[in-house]
Amino acid sequence: MNFHLTKDRETKAHEMIARYPKKRAAMLMVLWLVQEQEGWISEAAMGYVANLLEVTAADVYDVVSFYTMYNRKPIGKHHIQICNNCCCRLRGADWLVNYVKQKLGVNVGESTPDGKFHLSTVECLASCGTAPMMQINNDYYENLTAEKVDGILEKL
Amino acid sequence: MTLVITKNFAGPNMARLDVAMKHGAYVTLEKILAMKPEAVVDEVKRSGLRGRGGAGFSTGMKWGFVPKDTTKPIYLVVNADESEPGTFKDRAILEKDPHLMIEGIIIASYAIKAHTCYIYFRGEFYRQWELMERCLAEARKVGIIGNNIKGSGYNLNIIAHRGAGAYICGEETALLSSLEGYRGWPRIKPPFPAVEGLFGCPTIVNNVETLAVCPFIIREGAAAYAKLGTEKSPGTKLFSVCGHVNRPGVYEVPLGYPFAKLLSEECGGTIEERKLKALIVGGSSVPVVTGEEALGLRLDYESCAGCGTMLGSGGVIVIDETACAVQVLADLARFYAHESCGQCTPCREGTGWSKKVLDRLEAGLGSSEDLNLLLAIADNMQGKTICPLADALAMPIRSWIKKFRTEFEDHVRLKGCPFPS
Ligand SMILES: Cc1cc2nc3c(=O)[nH]c(=O)nc-3n(C[C@H](O)[C@H](O)[C@H](O)COP(=O)(O)O)c2cc1C
Ligand code: SF4
Repeated sequence: MNFHLTKDRETKAHEMIARYPKKRAAMLMVLWLVQEQEGWISEAAMGYVANLLEVTAADVYDVVSFYTMYNRKPIGKHHIQICNNCCCRLRGADWLVNYVKQKLGVNVGESTPDGKFHLSTVECLASCGTAPMMQINNDYYENLTAEKVDGILEKL
Repeated sequence: MTLVITKNFAGPNMARLDVAMKHGAYVTLEKILAMKPEAVVDEVKRSGLRGRGGAGFSTGMKWGFVPKDTTKPIYLVVNADESEPGTFKDRAILEKDPHLMIEGIIIASYAIKAHTCYIYFRGEFYRQWELMERCLAEARKVGIIGNNIKGSGYNLNIIAHRGAGAYICGEETALLSSLEGYRGWPRIKPPFPAVEGLFGCPTIVNNVETLAVCPFIIREGAAAYAKLGTEKSPGTKLFSVCGHVNRPGVYEVPLGYPFAKLLSEECGGTIEERKLKALIVGGSSVPVVTGEEALGLRLDYESCAGCGTMLGSGGVIVIDETACAVQVLADLARFYAHESCGQCTPCREGTGWSKKVLDRLEAGLGSSEDLNLLLAIADNMQGKTICPLADALAMPIRSWIKKFRTEFEDHVRLKGCPFPS
């Protein structure tokens, strides 16, 4: 299996590498470029990153498997991450988790059959004052109510 | 009340350089560039500013630890990893006045003679990172950062970097490992980062809020800052308040401010005026205090220590009588078990077992021996690991059991949780 970043992203990757005195330091930023393009990070992509940064594929795997935000398998297009840390639970996180589960008909850790949504629960997102909340891909949605959740999911 | 950090938070578009400059951003640059770096360090030392990331160590003193005779590059690293449950104050600065932090970065970098600064954002802060990239680009364009800043001959490159989801990367040595492209594994200290940090070079790690205070100190003088707050805890502090209050949010108050006042005035009291049961005052890692203790507590480093807790990051979690102590502690244990990096056996095993034991207590399947077991686990974790993450669960375990012991015993006796779920 062959993997390549698009030309634009490859240029960006080289810009990232130039920001650090050691190539390896660009690891997290380059992995972000991969995930932005593919939605997840395959072993072929890890091999590509290893080549680019002049490290071994095992070095890359070591990093990818440590950080929770890197997906090692494809997930739904919209990744819904609901905070159910203790602070959010004091302000209704359990309600939100159940509501979204029912609405999408999936359990935590599953994707909808059409691959549109993937549901996770996560620990603190630094949004305790605006709980209950969720992050979908790059955006935070806060102070959620049933109506707000309906509106947000409909627009996606 | 003098506002050091949040003065311009209400202004729209503060992330735009022209707007920020209209509000006084970067006026301190000419002043510091005419000063000797050592004089900038002294000024910050005299202000009494203490690190706002949690440990509360003197900022000026830390800057002074960079070896004077080093031939290696010196780095400033900004800790924007903010992930301690209950803490969301740095995020407010990054969103509402990002140029204030950049100005602080320039001051700190100049003081420690750094020419490169990395800002480490937690991975989830995508929008904040993106905004910072735009702010940095604007500042670069007009020569506020980059080569030969304002014709002074001083060069400073600032780079925004993203993590990828790991609380432990907030611990400064884990952050450095992560920034170098490795797993976020904490390192044994010494060597301290000031001597041997990023890429083996002298490195100062500072919290976002710590840096955002520096422009005030330079502009108004150390004495003006030291006049705020208390003698031993000078200045103001951001408190991010969450939990059972009517108006959760980020509030800036002088250190020494009574918690009861923060609760009733800024936060509008508890929800439905319910009774205050417990308070976690400095982020999830610090010992809990009871509602009664909390109402007499003043928000400064010494008063918190006097009450058996810590001011920490200023992440205030307000808990009323409807919450179950066992459930809250089980949630905390789950967090630390999830976030342990796994290097040290006492932490990896201790956090995991604490979670299991607390889950079974909450489910009514625990025994009276479980309380002693939890305390034994806490003893085996605290002070026995590479970084303080293990202590950060040991302290809550001890304090919750000490202060709410009957509630834990009730779960055993009743074979279930007495609180409605
Ligand atoms: C487990 C753990 C997590 C931490 N998380 C953060 C964090 O998210 N942000 C932060 O500024 N400091 C955090 N710290 C404290 C840092 O290690 C460090 O003391 C701080 O960034 C120094 O900056 P300051 O002197 O300006 O406070 C954490 C410490 C530990 C032990
Ligand atoms: S105490 Fe825990 S988090 Fe810290 S280094 Fe050890 S295993 Fe990792």
